[in-house]
Amino acid sequence: MGELLKVDQLQIKFRSEQGETVSVEDVSFTIRHGETMAIVGESGCGKSVTSLAIMGLLGAGGTIAKGSVRFQDTNLASLPERQLRKLKGSQMSMIFQEPMTSLNPVMTIGRQIEEAVRLHLKSPRKTARRLAIDMLRKVGIPRPESIAKAYPHVLSGGMRQRVMIAIALICQPKLLIADEPTTALDVTIQAQIIELMKSLQEETGTAILLVTHDLGVVAAMADQVAVMYAGQIVEAADVYTLFRSPRHPYTQGLLNSIPRLDGGKGQRAPAIPGQVPSLREMPAGCRFHPRCPYAKDRCRERQPRLSFAGEEHQVRCWLAESEELESASASDDQRRKSVAL
Amino acid sequence: MNQAELAWRKDAMDTERRHDGADDPPSFESYARQVRQRFMRHKVAVWGLATTLLLLAAGLLAPWLAPYQPNEITDAFSAGPSADYLLGTDQVGRDVLSRLLYGTRVSLLIGFTTVAIYVLFGTLVGLIAGYYGKWIDMLLMRITDIFLSFPYMLVVLVMVSVLGASLWTIIIVLALFKWPAIAMLVRGIVLSLKKADYVRAGVALGYSTPRILLRHILPGASGAIIVNATFGVASTILAEAGLSFLGMGVKSPQASLGNMLHDAQSLTVLTEQQWLWLPAGFIILLTVLAFNFVGDGLRDALDGRQL
Repeated sequence: MGELLKVDQLQIKFRSEQGETVSVEDVSFTIRHGETMAIVGESGCGKSVTSLAIMGLLGAGGTIAKGSVRFQDTNLASLPERQLRKLKGSQMSMIFQEPMTSLNPVMTIGRQIEEAVRLHLKSPRKTARRLAIDMLRKVGIPRPESIAKAYPHVLSGGMRQRVMIAIALICQPKLLIADEPTTALDVTIQAQIIELMKSLQEETGTAILLVTHDLGVVAAMADQVAVMYAGQIVEAADVYTLFRSPRHPYTQGLLNSIPRLDGGKGQRAPAIPGQVPSLREMPAGCRFHPRCPYAKDRCRERQPRLSFAGEEHQVRCWLAESEELESASASDDQRRKSVAL
Repeated sequence: MNQAELAWRKDAMDTERRHDGADDPPSFESYARQVRQRFMRHKVAVWGLATTLLLLAAGLLAPWLAPYQPNEITDAFSAGPSADYLLGTDQVGRDVLSRLLYGTRVSLLIGFTTVAIYVLFGTLVGLIAGYYGKWIDMLLMRITDIFLSFPYMLVVLVMVSVLGASLWTIIIVLALFKWPAIAMLVRGIVLSLKKADYVRAGVALGYSTPRILLRHILPGASGAIIVNATFGVASTILAEAGLSFLGMGVKSPQASLGNMLHDAQSLTVLTEQQWLWLPAGFIILLTVLAFNFVGDGLRDALDGRQL
């Protein structure tokens, strides 16, 4: 299938009183039509910023300093404001992390869904209302006719996220950006929302860019995965390859840190020692080396490039390039496989 | 998914629905009802509202209610209240009751028009300053500061004497010095609302900036604006009364509550012809109190942005 979104060597800078910080560096990825791509990483690794940059929501001080975002072969940065607005909401749309605050508290739910339809599809009010109610039904809202007349505060978080999905998908966008769509929800509701997104995706063929720190969500939804660390992509592969044979020590650490049912009694899930480096004090060399158990001299001195470790499998690690890691991680291989499945 | 899981999922979903408990989801009508109930609990506010409506009716219906033309000179001068002239007549022989009715009409007109003008303008400035931020905000807020730092009554007096006193001069001049308060109020609310997720969601849906400002941000500020405007009507009427009392407001022969007080500047009138100033003073007091009480009631009723 053809390419829908192509992010190329994206660099995002934030200006503040303390000077400039580069929060995302050299991020490239491609999403094809109908595919789900996940960006995973710890808080502050730049995954949300990347998704906001694609939607042009960086806000004051944030700019795309280098690189490009191409959507269906148009460079979004070069598009005039008016055309960009036409694209947003109809061709590409976004759902946010916090469903409790993402709906306008002083507008009825129906109106909020209708607004997008009336603006982008230029439907008359009656048609818009009908479409909105249909969409509410589709996302599993009971009694859509009466809910459409109600204000958001009557709904629970899970229901509001359903409404957000309805708003985002009502114009049948080609791309849906979901920034931690399930993080703020109860675990049982998380599963429902993921099921809902999957079934709607099958129906409409929308591609999804999923931003999350939850590897469970990734395993359930994604086709492709990019792991981000400290503003860079450190590993990118299809979901099976990534879960089965992660090459970057950070990815391995992430997968190992998932608590397991068959772990020994009283045993804690192994954590990655240390913390994400501050954007102002990036370590020299590989950005992960202070926390990496396999760090060598070379890792402290020179930054590794993102290079191919297999077909469509890219890793940013010196050790992975020299294959030394293979043996070091072989013992973990078995348990990781069970996580993936 | 196997059968058991399916059943379980369905059950979980049902639980969620029940948890929503939305058998009768509150709609706008129910919100309005809630506001009305909270307002009605405020006894003084209800009194205020009733009085306001009464005054409004008196003002609007003045041409039909007044027994005489307000500027019509009758044959009695400075006559006390009688069956013919319920509130007596003034020094030039005009019926006080008729002038009182027309005066209320003028004072309310000034109050509402001034507030309408400055609320509109102040809201616009506040929306723009708050939403765009940066140098636009800086510029607009410094201008606001300048307006706020004038000794307001003094400048109004000077301007009225330069421009000449008339209904519209007073309205414009009063509005000129009252918009900054609204601008600052609205700016503050916009500053907090523009960071709200639903505003960002609006941007992500491709809504234009005017649409976001007017349809998504402004309703959140409307409660505060309404309350402020209500108090504004009271203070504008008071300001007009003050100006007219000083002879800088509405010019005779046109009646206003303030310039009826103006006639009471002489000691004889003050001590011996109370019918000339007592009613006007009382109506001013009543109007200002009524609007302030309504404002209080509205503030409590609309508070908390409970929508």
